[in-house]
Amino acid sequence: MISGSLVIATAVVYVILLFALAYWSDLMARRGQDKLLRSPLVFTLAISVYCTSWTFYGAVGSAARNGLEFLAIYLGPTLVFTGWWFGLRKLVRIGHNQRITSVADLISSRFGKSGRLAVLVTLMAVVGITPYIALQLKAIATSLRVILGSGFDGDELAQAGPLPQSLDDIGLAFAIAAAMALFSILFGTRNVNANEQHHGVVAAIAFEAIVKLIALIAVGLFVVFSIGGGFEATYARAGDAGIVLNATDAFGPRWLTITILSAAAIICLPRQFQITVVENADERHLRTASWAFPLYLLGISIFTLPIAIIGQSVLPAGSDPDMFVLTLPLAYDQQGLALFAFIGGFSSATSMIIIASIALSIMISNHIVVPIALRSTKVPDHESGSGMTRLVLTSRRISIAVVLLLGFIYFWLTAGSGALAPIGLISFAGVAQFLPAIIAALYWRDATARGALAGLLVGFAIWGWSSFLPSFATSSEQIAALLQAGPWGIGFLRPQALLGLDGLDPLVHSVFWSLLGNTIALIGVSLLSENNAMGRLQAHLFVDVFKQSTGGHARYLDSSATLNDLLYMTQRVLGAEPAKALFAKLAPHNKELEATPPTPEFISKLEKELAGSIGAASAHVVLGQVISGESITFEEVLQMADETQKILEYSQRLEHTTEELQSTTSKLRAANQQLRELDQQKDEFLSQVSHEVRTPMTAIRSFAEILLKHDDLESGQRQRFLNTIHDESMRLTSLLDEILDLSALERGETLWHNEPVEIGAALRRAIDVCTPLTNQHNLEVRPKNLTEDVWVVANTDRICQVFINLISNAAKYNDAAQPFVEIDTRTEGEELLVDFSDNGPGIARGDREIIFDKFSRGKRDPESSHSGSGLGLAISLEILIKMGGSLKLLSTGGRGARFQVRLPLAASRVRAPLERA
Amino acid sequence: MKPDILIVEDEPSILSSLEFILRHAGWTTKSVTSGEAALLAVNTMAPRAVILDVMLPRQSGFEVLKKLRQDRRTRDLPILILTAKGQQQDKRTAEGLGATDFVTKPYANAEVVEAVRHLLGEVPPQNGPASDTGGEPDR
Repeated sequence: MISGSLVIATAVVYVILLFALAYWSDLMARRGQDKLLRSPLVFTLAISVYCTSWTFYGAVGSAARNGLEFLAIYLGPTLVFTGWWFGLRKLVRIGHNQRITSVADLISSRFGKSGRLAVLVTLMAVVGITPYIALQLKAIATSLRVILGSGFDGDELAQAGPLPQSLDDIGLAFAIAAAMALFSILFGTRNVNANEQHHGVVAAIAFEAIVKLIALIAVGLFVVFSIGGGFEATYARAGDAGIVLNATDAFGPRWLTITILSAAAIICLPRQFQITVVENADERHLRTASWAFPLYLLGISIFTLPIAIIGQSVLPAGSDPDMFVLTLPLAYDQQGLALFAFIGGFSSATSMIIIASIALSIMISNHIVVPIALRSTKVPDHESGSGMTRLVLTSRRISIAVVLLLGFIYFWLTAGSGALAPIGLISFAGVAQFLPAIIAALYWRDATARGALAGLLVGFAIWGWSSFLPSFATSSEQIAALLQAGPWGIGFLRPQALLGLDGLDPLVHSVFWSLLGNTIALIGVSLLSENNAMGRLQAHLFVDVFKQSTGGHARYLDSSATLNDLLYMTQRVLGAEPAKALFAKLAPHNKELEATPPTPEFISKLEKELAGSIGAASAHVVLGQVISGESITFEEVLQMADETQKILEYSQRLEHTTEELQSTTSKLRAANQQLRELDQQKDEFLSQVSHEVRTPMTAIRSFAEILLKHDDLESGQRQRFLNTIHDESMRLTSLLDEILDLSALERGETLWHNEPVEIGAALRRAIDVCTPLTNQHNLEVRPKNLTEDVWVVANTDRICQVFINLISNAAKYNDAAQPFVEIDTRTEGEELLVDFSDNGPGIARGDREIIFDKFSRGKRDPESSHSGSGLGLAISLEILIKMGGSLKLLSTGGRGARFQVRLPLAASRVRAPLERA
Repeated sequence: MKPDILIVEDEPSILSSLEFILRHAGWTTKSVTSGEAALLAVNTMAPRAVILDVMLPRQSGFEVLKKLRQDRRTRDLPILILTAKGQQQDKRTAEGLGATDFVTKPYANAEVVEAVRHLLGEVPPQNGPASDTGGEPDR
């Protein structure tokens, strides 16, 4: 029989030992002699805080009841540590970079530093962990009762089995809870560490991990070899013990669900997150943990099944299998071993309680108490730094007490619900609700705060309805009735048969619906909402954490900002491209902006540049906030910068619009000017036309009046006047024809068909047409070198019109005694040249430039009655241009005029008959 | 012999019609076809009045008018401007340069005769050939 005082004394000594270890460790850490503490082995052992009294006591119970199911609890973490170590590494890297203090901090940080999310996750964690704390209280209470209140009598053990709900047990549990609270407060809240690392606590936890492993192995060895007679003999008794080892239904949906839950738990459980991410000193430790931790799990679970088998075989029926680890040594009078086993179980429970309550208290104080305190008028921080520290410590102490009180209340309300493992699984299912948000935080850039909030709320609500609530069924008839009939008799809302999904294991059912609802809400709401500036920044920092950082976390200890942070900030202020250009100018040699902390010179240069855009005061505030890394104001700064950026973009757009307007205006002005010029040209043209028409009309009218009035005119004179009237009428007609012709040419409305024209034939035709005129003026036409078989692409009628015009001009204006015009043709390259040289008066020097203008005639023979319209050359030029040719007045040097026609030669000199000759 | 009227006109048909009308009205005329010739003729022939076309080659009627008015000897010479453009602008220019009268082409023959009579300060003769030129049968 173990005396109560011995047990209590042993426990107290053990606790004092832990304190001493923790104190010494902290001391060493402060002195910098923390090599051992920072070893990957200590880290791995600390991670095994996963193995609580549930493992120590409950796994045996689980094996006794459900066979190999308990293995799933270890399979999940093993899969995560061996198969998803890179994911853990990402988590740890982010934890260091962002100085994450808890799982609530992680989720809220990722989603735009949302305060609401932090509070929600904290509350969820508290509610989710409460059953787990209760589990530890129950385990310690039960184990204490077993080791204290029992002799070696099997009957008494049977009575001591499932604890009856009595005031004594409640009182015992309360006492334990109070002791644990004190214990945790003393351990975890001695000081507020900047990065929430607790070296002493971690050392103590690692030590406890060794104790519980050795204790369990000691019990296991005793059981297998002293009682069972070796492994083979032990396993041979499995059938007798009622434990089915090769059941085919063992690996069903429930097994899978537990594997998933335990995998989620190793990441999501606040205490696991605390050890793996927050307390991690070096992310390389994960490499060791990835094999050492599964090995530890193997060691701690290897004797679970044998103990269960032997316990079922040798202990009286009705013995609580959860307590086999204690009752078996006691039954065989191994009091020392039993005491050791008790200490091992005590270690499992206390380590869990300490870390879980510390983790929860950090969340509560950081995310609920401090924000409220900061908002209240009584802010202590400006008085002294210790005021804030005292507030944090006090709130953490109270939090720890509250967490344990809640655990106790849960234990009180659900006492009698039986085995340890189901209670633990309720907690697992609760914290597993964090998983979708964490996975999205790490890998899905577009996941938003609203999405995370919705997912967590939906998942938590379903979990609360289908898992947490039903755990009170044993102590509440109303809840039991609810499980049967559903709320208000609505069948498809029954907690364990949602939407009529009946017949599933309650755990599988709850996990299925809660995680499904959680994930759908997260994805759906994320797709419908957008991240704010902070959210985008954090998404980038989380999802692309490995792209930003090549070094460890050390640089964050003294400087919170890197060049990349400053670049991001600058981009918000200046826009993406100008910021990049600026950084290329200021820091041309720094390729790895993420890894480089800014130099003071760089910061001052950058400040100057930013001041140019947003003013000196704003630039100073912006840079100051980024460099000091104050998180709350940083968000404000980002918003401010966003607004600045929007204003800049707006003004750039405005500038752009203004430029467009200006360009349009100048185009309009040019078009207007062109129109005005065209209008003026039209006016001049009309004025000229008016003049050209009035001149012959004046003669016609005048002579008509003379003829009307003077019927006594001699017939010769009469005939002369009539001729003049006729000639002037003809002149008027041809003038109008030419005006219309030129107008049509200029508008491009004249369509004609170009064809190969033999130029000699065209010239001869033109000369023939002009014969009456040339005869009248005694003009000799001298064709010279008329080419044979030279072809141009032209319209026959039009090219003849040009030639006729040139010949008749020569005839009309040639005042020489022996007037002649010489027509010379030759080819030059791809062109045909036709020269018309006369021996007339030539074109006065001043008229040469205007000779091709409309209505310009140059000096005319005043006696000639056949003055032209002044449009002939203009029309000829227009025609030739349309054929790809040209018309020029060449310098003659002396008397006479020389016009030159140029036309492109036909590519293929197709012989074609000259039509309409 | 000093002519009554110097005609400055480069269009042969108009010139011949003007010569016929004015001679038939009883005046003597001299004709030139360019501004240069007109300036020369005014000084050498000393006509009592000038009929000056605006659209002359090279030197326009307005330039001739201006030169005549600048010359002391011809400052008060009666000058009738003939123009085929007939715009208000031309009329104002002519008045500004000191033209005595202004007739637009195409003109009625009687209009020209009346204007010249006015230039020369003659009263219409009671039985002269010009007395029945006022009516235009087609108007």
